[in-house]
Amino acid sequence: MGYIVSREGFAEVIAALRDKYRIIAPIRKKGGGRFTDVDVILYGEVTDAAEIELDAKSDYAPKEFLTPLSETLFYFTEQEVKEADLEPKPVLLFGRSCDLHALERLDAIYLRNGKAKDIFYERRRKLVNFVLIGCDKSFKNCFCADMGTNRATEGYAFSVDRVGDEIHADVPDAEIAKIFAARGREEAVTPRYVTENEVHVTVPETIPAAVLKSPLWDEYDTRCINCGRCNFVCPTCSCYTMQDVFYTDNGKVGERRRVAASCMVDGYTNVAGGGQYRRKNGERMRFKVLHKIGDFKKRFGFQMCVGCGRCDDVCPEYISYTNIINKVSAAAQDAGKEAE
Amino acid sequence: MGNLDVNVGKLKKNAFRYSKVRGETASRIRIPGGVIDAGSMQKVVEIAEKYGEGVINITNRQGIEIPGIRLEDMEEVNAEVQAIIDALHINQTEPGKGYPSSGTRNVIACPGARLCPFGCYDTTAFAQKMEDAIFPNDRHVKIAFTGCSNDCAKVRLADFGVIGMTEPQYDKDRCVACEACINYCKRRSVGALSLVNGKVVRDKAKCIGCGVCVAYCPTRAWTRSENHYFRLVLLGRTGKKNPRLAEDFIKWADEESILKMVKNCYAYIEEYIDPNAVEHKEHIGYIVDRTGFEEFKKWIFKDVSLPPIAEVKERVYWGGNHYDRYDG
Repeated sequence: MGYIVSREGFAEVIAALRDKYRIIAPIRKKGGGRFTDVDVILYGEVTDAAEIELDAKSDYAPKEFLTPLSETLFYFTEQEVKEADLEPKPVLLFGRSCDLHALERLDAIYLRNGKAKDIFYERRRKLVNFVLIGCDKSFKNCFCADMGTNRATEGYAFSVDRVGDEIHADVPDAEIAKIFAARGREEAVTPRYVTENEVHVTVPETIPAAVLKSPLWDEYDTRCINCGRCNFVCPTCSCYTMQDVFYTDNGKVGERRRVAASCMVDGYTNVAGGGQYRRKNGERMRFKVLHKIGDFKKRFGFQMCVGCGRCDDVCPEYISYTNIINKVSAAAQDAGKEAE
Repeated sequence: MGNLDVNVGKLKKNAFRYSKVRGETASRIRIPGGVIDAGSMQKVVEIAEKYGEGVINITNRQGIEIPGIRLEDMEEVNAEVQAIIDALHINQTEPGKGYPSSGTRNVIACPGARLCPFGCYDTTAFAQKMEDAIFPNDRHVKIAFTGCSNDCAKVRLADFGVIGMTEPQYDKDRCVACEACINYCKRRSVGALSLVNGKVVRDKAKCIGCGVCVAYCPTRAWTRSENHYFRLVLLGRTGKKNPRLAEDFIKWADEESILKMVKNCYAYIEEYIDPNAVEHKEHIGYIVDRTGFEEFKKWIFKDVSLPPIAEVKERVYWGGNHYDRYDG
């Protein structure tokens, strides 16, 4: 069912939804960016519809709710372990089509990768109801069309498109539809989506082993500063590491934390004895890119990268991941020709 | 036309240089905050070509001097610079008569937060606000603004040096212990950060508020404080008797207090300047050397209420060479 509500009507919808749901959405944090007086858009709980950033692409991804950058999993004393509490209220998680497709990738890694499910991911995932923010235009660096993630036709509780002063919503969720119905007029709504981006990538079907040894990675040894921003903003990066912390006042009590990890940052491939598998930043770049456009697909049957372009938005060294994909594609073609 | 009969005192006050070339002068253009619109720059070019010798001097303190102007042409040049005075919003007493004074020097600023990744505030805007608060004034006062502790504007050579600071805000829930902040603070700054139980601890006494941690944090665990803060350094100077760098006075000062303190300083100068000073010009530092720092503080703190975070140095000691002493 589709509805059209005024801006005020939408604010009422959100207010009413807060009885049952926590609203987790992109928020513009004024001055929260890297540089003075530069904003950042990241995820947080909102209490008012006006706080939700509907017009710009978020700098950080909705995975911030599902896989928090830092999360205490459990507490331990001498003999006992207690799981950390999680607010049991269901969540309405706002995101765009690329983000909704990214949930599929996170689900694959955390719930369908081997026998065991990740219970800490699962308990959060069960709370999530997705709210689709439509895209009336492609943002800078987006390449969702080429990744096939530009449109979502299902998997959301309702959609939100700001059209002038009104909100257009497609509301498959029957309960939520009632809330919209009381505050707006019924009309068929198709969430907006883009069919074309300025940026194009050609993802190679197969990546020959020769590409791993290609000199194309070498320039990133020096250009990349291994800060890991590309991983932390990526809606599909899911690596983490553990911190077992013993409280300083009482060393017999503590907690286990899970914090996001990055395959670009030092320490990721460290092993006992001081070994480090990927020392050079170019090697780390190769690992990351080939995981996104090849290795993940080998296991799960679909590409990991959803083409949101946040990595290109955030890179402080102006390294373009999309450009790397295209370089890989060219190198794969060359390698194919040589093999013939 | 009669012989040249020029009041040199008035000429200097009117922002013209007394030149070694007899009969010539240079027109001095104030550029508070170091930013000039392209139209005004075009005007500078026109004046240099029409009245000067087609040459423009960039001064050490972000001003411009147009040399080679005939003393007879000063009035015409004053009419020409009016457009620049208007465009740069310079306070003036009589339109068309050029700059009303030159004692208080151009207020300088590094590019600051408008361009520089490390700039902690809009240096140009603060410099322009300061200019508006204190100009015109005949007293010899130098004020300089720099965006961060790198001090590219070299504010430690000024009477009042303002260094931008941010108070780093830490959201432990966004921290993944990548240690970028710790490493960069150590290598690029003072090493005020350490990792304790997987989270970062900031040594507040050591932290200089440079914002390096914020700039290098990949997750927005570190962000800048909503308030912009400043380190105020005092009474640096070049010159013959006792050149010296400005010394720290207040850490975590606010904009309003700094504006007030500088304005208050002018009353102090009027009270204590050496009545026999050459050309009525004396660096404030030498006046403070006579009256003592306590008296200076009493005057500049009038009606100033610093934010609670501010740390004021009770005693300040300056160094430098004393060429006016045998033991210097």
